[in-house]
Amino acid sequence: MTTSRKPRIAVVKLASCDGCQLAFLGLGEKLLELASQVEIVHFAEAGPLGALTDLDITFIEGSVSTREDQDTVHSVRRQSRFLVTIGACATSGGIQALRNLSAGNLLSSVYPSPEYVDFLAHSTPVSSEVGVDLELWGCPVNGTQILTAIASLLFGAAPAAERDKVCLECKRRQIPCVMVAKGIPCLGPVTLTGCGALCPSFDRGCYGCYGPSENPETPSLARRFAGLGLLPDDIARRFLFVNSQAPAFLAEGRRWTKEDRHE
Amino acid sequence: MEADPHLPRSAVIRERIQESPTVFTLRVQMEEGSPRPFRFSPGQFNMIGVFGVGEIPLSIVSDPLDVDFFDHTVRVLGRVTQAMSRLVPGDRLSVRGPFGNGWPMDEKRGRDIVLISGGLGCAPLVSVVNYVLRRRGDFGTLTVLHGVKNPGDLFWKDRFDRLNEGEGTRAFLTSDTGGPGWEGSVGPVTDLIPHLPLTPRTSAKICGPEPMMIATIKMLVERGIPEDELWISMERNMQCATGFCGHCQLGELFICQSGPVFRYSDMKTRLGIRGL
Amino acid sequence: MPEGSQGFLKRERLQDLFDLLVRFGFEPVGPRVQDGIIVYAPLSGPEDLPWGVRDLQDPGSYRIEPDLGERNFSWANGPQALKPFLFAPRDTLWESRRDISGPLSFSPLSPPNRRLAVIGVRSCDLAALSLQDRHFLKGPFPDPFYKARRQDLLLIAVDCSHPARTCFCASTGDGPEARSGFDLALGELDEGFLVRPGSDLGRTLLRELSLAPPAPGMEERLTAQTDHAASVQERHLPPGEFRHDLVSRPDHPHWAQIAARCLSCGNCTAVCPTCFCFSEREEPALDGHHSLHVREWDSCFTAGHSYLHPAPLREDTRVRYRQWLTHKLGTWHDQYGRSGCVGCGRCLTWCPVGIDFTDDLPRLLEDPDGG
Repeated sequence: MTTSRKPRIAVVKLASCDGCQLAFLGLGEKLLELASQVEIVHFAEAGPLGALTDLDITFIEGSVSTREDQDTVHSVRRQSRFLVTIGACATSGGIQALRNLSAGNLLSSVYPSPEYVDFLAHSTPVSSEVGVDLELWGCPVNGTQILTAIASLLFGAAPAAERDKVCLECKRRQIPCVMVAKGIPCLGPVTLTGCGALCPSFDRGCYGCYGPSENPETPSLARRFAGLGLLPDDIARRFLFVNSQAPAFLAEGRRWTKEDRHE
Repeated sequence: MEADPHLPRSAVIRERIQESPTVFTLRVQMEEGSPRPFRFSPGQFNMIGVFGVGEIPLSIVSDPLDVDFFDHTVRVLGRVTQAMSRLVPGDRLSVRGPFGNGWPMDEKRGRDIVLISGGLGCAPLVSVVNYVLRRRGDFGTLTVLHGVKNPGDLFWKDRFDRLNEGEGTRAFLTSDTGGPGWEGSVGPVTDLIPHLPLTPRTSAKICGPEPMMIATIKMLVERGIPEDELWISMERNMQCATGFCGHCQLGELFICQSGPVFRYSDMKTRLGIRGL
Repeated sequence: MPEGSQGFLKRERLQDLFDLLVRFGFEPVGPRVQDGIIVYAPLSGPEDLPWGVRDLQDPGSYRIEPDLGERNFSWANGPQALKPFLFAPRDTLWESRRDISGPLSFSPLSPPNRRLAVIGVRSCDLAALSLQDRHFLKGPFPDPFYKARRQDLLLIAVDCSHPARTCFCASTGDGPEARSGFDLALGELDEGFLVRPGSDLGRTLLRELSLAPPAPGMEERLTAQTDHAASVQERHLPPGEFRHDLVSRPDHPHWAQIAARCLSCGNCTAVCPTCFCFSEREEPALDGHHSLHVREWDSCFTAGHSYLHPAPLREDTRVRYRQWLTHKLGTWHDQYGRSGCVGCGRCLTWCPVGIDFTDDLPRLLEDPDGG
């Protein structure tokens, strides 16, 4: 990106809770520093709502849940040189993709007049519609990771993708292992790092919001959960949560789901 | 005093040559006032860094006699090489090195040199071609067998052609797939070995993917070349290049220090084992 | 008390030891209970040490609980000890600067200048330290970060009296008694500590403490305690020379058996006191003019460790686990003159699924062809 004008950046929202935009906003002073390096064209939670055209870097929050979302994704892709999904929704379909797993009529059990609600049968990641250049996971995404990605792009290089597991980061921070020292079920051994091992640092098990890591050995971990006393449905729910549609988690969750267990 | 291998030095790009759509060569000069001329031997490598992006190991392809500059030939593969491909003369690189042991050149004086390369792995051998041509009287014949996957992957064709015009130097090219305009053979590089002229003075250097090296060596041994006269260049992930980070661990060795060049007889039990 | 022999430090006088360390310009660090485990962290005085605490360790499980008595070291090692103080989990190696034009400039960074006195180092960790020394201090250009931290390190060892069920230092020959590589060593008895020097600095410190000689029977009790600590260890490595068999069978079917359990999470390598792998990366600032070159603990269980475009050379758990164990117990001998395992048992305890390689090893050494 050696053009003389400042790089044009947009943050686009699909079906989401806005939490990832807020994580971005939470960067505070760093965001001001960023604003001096780039032109923030569109970022609803921060104010600007400029036209989504001729974009250098576009961040997409939220999953593709409606026809409108589909149109937005395709048009934004055409207008963006580098497209980054931020958060679990945009990257794997998010919590709303739990409806993909439901056989029954979910809509009428939630809404009194479901005929006014128009959405697609499934909630899907942005990558199911268009090519994505970088995926940043998390629920919500880590703002610092967004900045690192932008800094790398400003230096003319594709951002380095995280591949390691949460465990390695936990050990680097010398956080006591919650599973070994307390028997708390933790998805850290199969989850991508990027959060800085946030939950274990607060004495909680990782709930997998960064999605599956490289080489995720989910069967062994699920058996360990059973050893810790979790019942099959509970094990299934650990995997079928924020990133239920990520293939490795979906497969492991299905193995422990009642209706699929005796296939 | 050797340069501190733990801290990079600044270097400037003097020339950039596009060798093929995905391969380019950078001619690099250490910054003026740099503490010492840049000395190396063929087969050694540098850790070359793009500011703000990262470092990668790159074999030095130019001749050690050219003390004012050195060349790196790069194929665009990952994020660092991509960023490097966008640099132009006048831009800066960071340099740590040279590292590794290099090919045995002095002790091979008077020998007939055979170089066999396949896949992307010919860069470490190009330095040998340059070295031998520059010291033609010191060596016997020079024969190069070079295999590519597709005709489009070939670069330096003019250099190979020149070898076939020279006295006692030959180059044979082959491509796994043929195509219009392809003048070389079609098939793996090992298909060329039965026709390779060998003498009792032959010393061979091989560089490429491990399966290719294994197949090549097997045929050369069958044709009577002693295992001690077969030399290979190994490749592993490298980050510190100083024998600390552990990425290039192979058995009890660090490739960055004991290699990348090895005598085949020292490496034969380790080749071809998946994941070693 | 004769020069160089043992003195007796009453437990109530531990404060004197801390005061002495501070007077000699050292910052005391050592074991303390934190978040349910025993960690090594800065200590303001003896009150920060564990008092009457013991540990229960098994493969994949670690707990502490109150112990009868008032001992400070009635437990075996937690997840870390010396390694993070010398080979830090993260270091910034240099800072690069780029101006609009002109050369890049690189400033070497160095670790903060701390003079640490580590209290309570166990013999397994002294053995591991000696291996890390051999790795990081080799050659004409030793690792500058490790070297700087190593120079000012004071080591106060403690003989192990309460090995965990995961310990097997007696089998590797690295414990439970501290034999060398320390400045002072403490042997803990109910009433206090037998203190012996291991270096000139240690002798000076011991002199400054001006201790009484041990009472009759104390030394015998300590010896008996140490012997007991060796004899109660349940686990051991196979006897004799086994490294050739381990290394020469890369396709042994039992590697796949272990891989079916292994998470490939790298916890074993992070807690191992001899593992030394790190990765390096660039952390550019937003301004385009600065960038930091950082290193972090890596593990041979990651994809990045063996990555060669376009894929990791060691692509699955089977070959990653094999790489770790064959290096640690096999080729380590050829590289550093001894096994890379010091019997501390951390890789058993801190494996989330409790893989116990001392249990798997005999199976890996069985001839797969039944011969």
